[in-house]
Amino acid sequence: MLGLNKKDTTLLLVVMALALFAPFILNPFPEGSSLAQMFNAGYPDLMQRFVIYGILVIGFNILFGLTGYLSFGHAAFLGIGSYSAVWVFKLIGMNVIPAILLSMVMAGIFALLIGYISLRRSGIYFSILTLAFAQMSYNLAYSVLGNPASNYNLTNGETGLQLLLDDPRILGVSSVDGSLPVTSFFGLAMRDSYQLEIGSWLFTFNVGYYLCAIIMLISFYISIRIFRSPFGMMLRAVKSNQQRMNYTGLNTKPYLLAAFVISGIYAGLAGGLLSSMDPLAGAERMHWTASGEIVIMAILGGVGTLIGPILGAGFNEYFKNILSKINDDVLHAWLAFLPDGLENFFVGIMHYFVGKGWHLTLGLLFMLVIIFLPGGLVEGGQRLMKWFSRKDKNATETKTTPAE
Amino acid sequence: MGILEVKNVGKRFGGLQALSDVNLSVKENSVHAIIGPNGAGKSTLLNCLVGKLIPDTGSVMFDGQSVLGRAPYEINQMGISRVFQTPEIFGDLTVMENMLIPIFAKRDGAFRMHAIEAVSSETGINEQAEKMLEEMNMVDKRHMNAAALSRGDKRRLEIGMCLSQEPRLLLLDEPTAGMARADTNNTIDLLKQISDERDITIAIIEHDMHVVFSLANRITVLAQGTPLVEDDPENIRGNPKVREAYLGESA
Amino acid sequence: MDAILLQILNGLDKGSAYALIALGLTLIFGTLGVVNFAHGALFMIGAFCAVTLQRIFKLSFETLDPTQKDFLGNPLKVKTPYVESWFGPEMGAAIIDWSVPLAILFSIPIMLAIGYIMERGLIKHFYKRPHADQILVTFGLAIVLQEIIKAVYGANPIPTPAPEVFRGSFDFGVMLGFDPNAIIYPYWRMVYFAFAAVIIGAVFAFLQFTTFGMVVRAGMADRETVGLLGINIDRRFTIMFGIAAAVAGLAGVMYAPINSPNYHMGMDFLVLSFVVVVVGGMGSLPGAVLAGFMLGILEAFASMNEVKSILPGIDQIIIYLVAIIIILTRPRGLMGRKGVMED
Repeated sequence: MLGLNKKDTTLLLVVMALALFAPFILNPFPEGSSLAQMFNAGYPDLMQRFVIYGILVIGFNILFGLTGYLSFGHAAFLGIGSYSAVWVFKLIGMNVIPAILLSMVMAGIFALLIGYISLRRSGIYFSILTLAFAQMSYNLAYSVLGNPASNYNLTNGETGLQLLLDDPRILGVSSVDGSLPVTSFFGLAMRDSYQLEIGSWLFTFNVGYYLCAIIMLISFYISIRIFRSPFGMMLRAVKSNQQRMNYTGLNTKPYLLAAFVISGIYAGLAGGLLSSMDPLAGAERMHWTASGEIVIMAILGGVGTLIGPILGAGFNEYFKNILSKINDDVLHAWLAFLPDGLENFFVGIMHYFVGKGWHLTLGLLFMLVIIFLPGGLVEGGQRLMKWFSRKDKNATETKTTPAE
Repeated sequence: MGILEVKNVGKRFGGLQALSDVNLSVKENSVHAIIGPNGAGKSTLLNCLVGKLIPDTGSVMFDGQSVLGRAPYEINQMGISRVFQTPEIFGDLTVMENMLIPIFAKRDGAFRMHAIEAVSSETGINEQAEKMLEEMNMVDKRHMNAAALSRGDKRRLEIGMCLSQEPRLLLLDEPTAGMARADTNNTIDLLKQISDERDITIAIIEHDMHVVFSLANRITVLAQGTPLVEDDPENIRGNPKVREAYLGESA
Repeated sequence: MDAILLQILNGLDKGSAYALIALGLTLIFGTLGVVNFAHGALFMIGAFCAVTLQRIFKLSFETLDPTQKDFLGNPLKVKTPYVESWFGPEMGAAIIDWSVPLAILFSIPIMLAIGYIMERGLIKHFYKRPHADQILVTFGLAIVLQEIIKAVYGANPIPTPAPEVFRGSFDFGVMLGFDPNAIIYPYWRMVYFAFAAVIIGAVFAFLQFTTFGMVVRAGMADRETVGLLGINIDRRFTIMFGIAAAVAGLAGVMYAPINSPNYHMGMDFLVLSFVVVVVGGMGSLPGAVLAGFMLGILEAFASMNEVKSILPGIDQIIIYLVAIIIILTRPRGLMGRKGVMED
């Protein structure tokens, strides 16, 4: 189907089903129950983040996964995309399509420039060059370009770039009944939701989420095509042996630059979508630790695999959400079966890993994955499958399939 | 006029004159061996031919065009393929993919944004790769990761990858270095077969005299960065200057 | 003229910190071939050693002072630090006052131990893995260490004053014949610079004049050969890692009064220190020191109002700009050897 082989078609259909039915899948517990408060994740803003970060990491994976070039500055493109989109909302109008298009174009232009320069070096030097460019963008966004008193206030600094009632919006309206207009897709407001009640379950279908999900599916589909194309094969060849590439008559530079620009455009798209869902862009999106988080999501999922980026982004966002919701009261409730002393002891320890401490847990998890499971969740899944199939038929020979 | 004409090439590294006044003419469809003791400048010369190094003086013409100042990939696109001393292949890719890449490079040139159609939909190229694998006796290993191949198979694969581009000149850098006798003989047979069956020129840099005299129909002896003699194998065998060069090394 | 001098002085203290962190990074990179993204975290831990020691010294017990009454008429509760009761009020107060310099002694064993554990427990397993993996696992470690500090000490910066005698400023201008107040420079920053110079000198002397140092330098130049000579280079590298950690830690201890320690100071310094290493030349110790001071001073100049009015924002990007230009035109940096990490 759609020019994909059977296996990839299945994968695409599975992802499609997951994305389209996410409001059901992520809300397995009845509304109002304590489990729902903790584990339900079917809220529009969280679901939007799942798919938007999915897009971001899918794009990052085209660069890092295929070519092995580790960019530590990808958040810059996310930020550029975010700012571009908000500017469209300020100057042109509230339709998200021009905003998203501009954010992709701007990110693409910056990626072309930064990539052209950074790709003159490889290995750690490339990482540091991208890091330097991203930090430059961040610092400028925070200082000169963000100073409301200066003539070049593009980013509005610490406050973040936001919509104002006196913005021109030449193709739209500056204000609606004295308040800000909302982002929309040809009249469908991003924040509109339809709520479905079945028994005590409540499911929310949000316009913004479905727009993001559809764009994510398209992005995912394109990434499958790239992975299976001669271009994708060339990128993997670059990672494997650049010397052989050169002596086989292939110029590695344009291949790398194309991969860099594509992944930059993906990041810009993600940034544009973030702003389309919530038209507020801040410089912290460009900080180098944000770039680091992109890398973390890619690694958690499984670098160089098709499904890895989506798993990584989803896993990261989901656990961030859950961990930050757990507080001492919740822990006490969970551990109530223990004797008091033990209960307090364990709560005291776990206190540092949940709530505001979720960074610590994810940091540890990330380290464990790099040490023991360099292929991320995908490798974990494959190992489990192998383990089960070996248990099933330990007599029959297990055929090794190349990692997908 | 040979297909590869090297004239007055000199190359200096700091205080070391690695090559001086090298003249070499490789005739079309010949097997030309470049031999010489260690440090004679064989590798430097090879690197000057493929664009890795640029000589300080002289010219290198391939089929009437200068190769100097061109990047390795451009020189490959002119029709020169190189086999390395230790096989350079795409270890993380399958054997089949290894074979596909040079064929794509031959058809599409140094860069083509070919990002939508699947590799498998390119039937013509897949057939060519399949045929070359058959020729190299590697069809059964097509789904293996190339890194998992044996040393001899890696060498065959690399030669196959080069041949799949139908180069006019095949450069080999000590293709049997570090190989067991049996593998060496297999490689010699393979190269013999290639030069007999194909319209191809082979230039080979080699240390092993057994390989040289089994294959070459023209030999250049390099010593201390400059050609000592260029002659047919029979004449080289008895040449006192050549013996001296080699004995001088071992003494 | 006075303005230029002032900027050079202003650049020295930050430059000293860059140089010390970059020195440690280079030691680790040069000896072990590992890119350590957790090095900034070691600097941060050093700073928090100073915080911790100050807190330990300030630990106190409460007594009731019958001679004084609080506003309710009850006897006033008076807190007395233990150190004051043990060593007498004056001596105790002096100990508290001097807690930052004393933290140097306190931090050395801690940093050596952390360095040892890090190398044996984690880094060792990554020698043969790709550089990207090394970067990532140490980046993960940096996050973990940073979060632990945040959990224990909170998110706010903790003021950690220098000893009383160093708190003032010195008027260089008067000494050199300029107007008073033209070149004011805090004493502690002078101390920091002198301290950095001593540490850098000590590291170089250690590498230059001891057998241990010679082996390590040989190992940096050619690891395999030294290994073949039958010298247990790995053990020495472990020790080098400990020393590098200690250098970063000491840089952090003494930096505490300049910039109140906070949990993200490590990450803030890390990126810049990497840039310093690259500018100096990967694997070159003198390069790291030179580039550290150079970039510190350059940054100070770029933050002058005269410069900023011509090139707005230049102070924010100057270091990165220099780094990009250096990597592109001279990938081996100012003093690096050819071929390091160019793969």
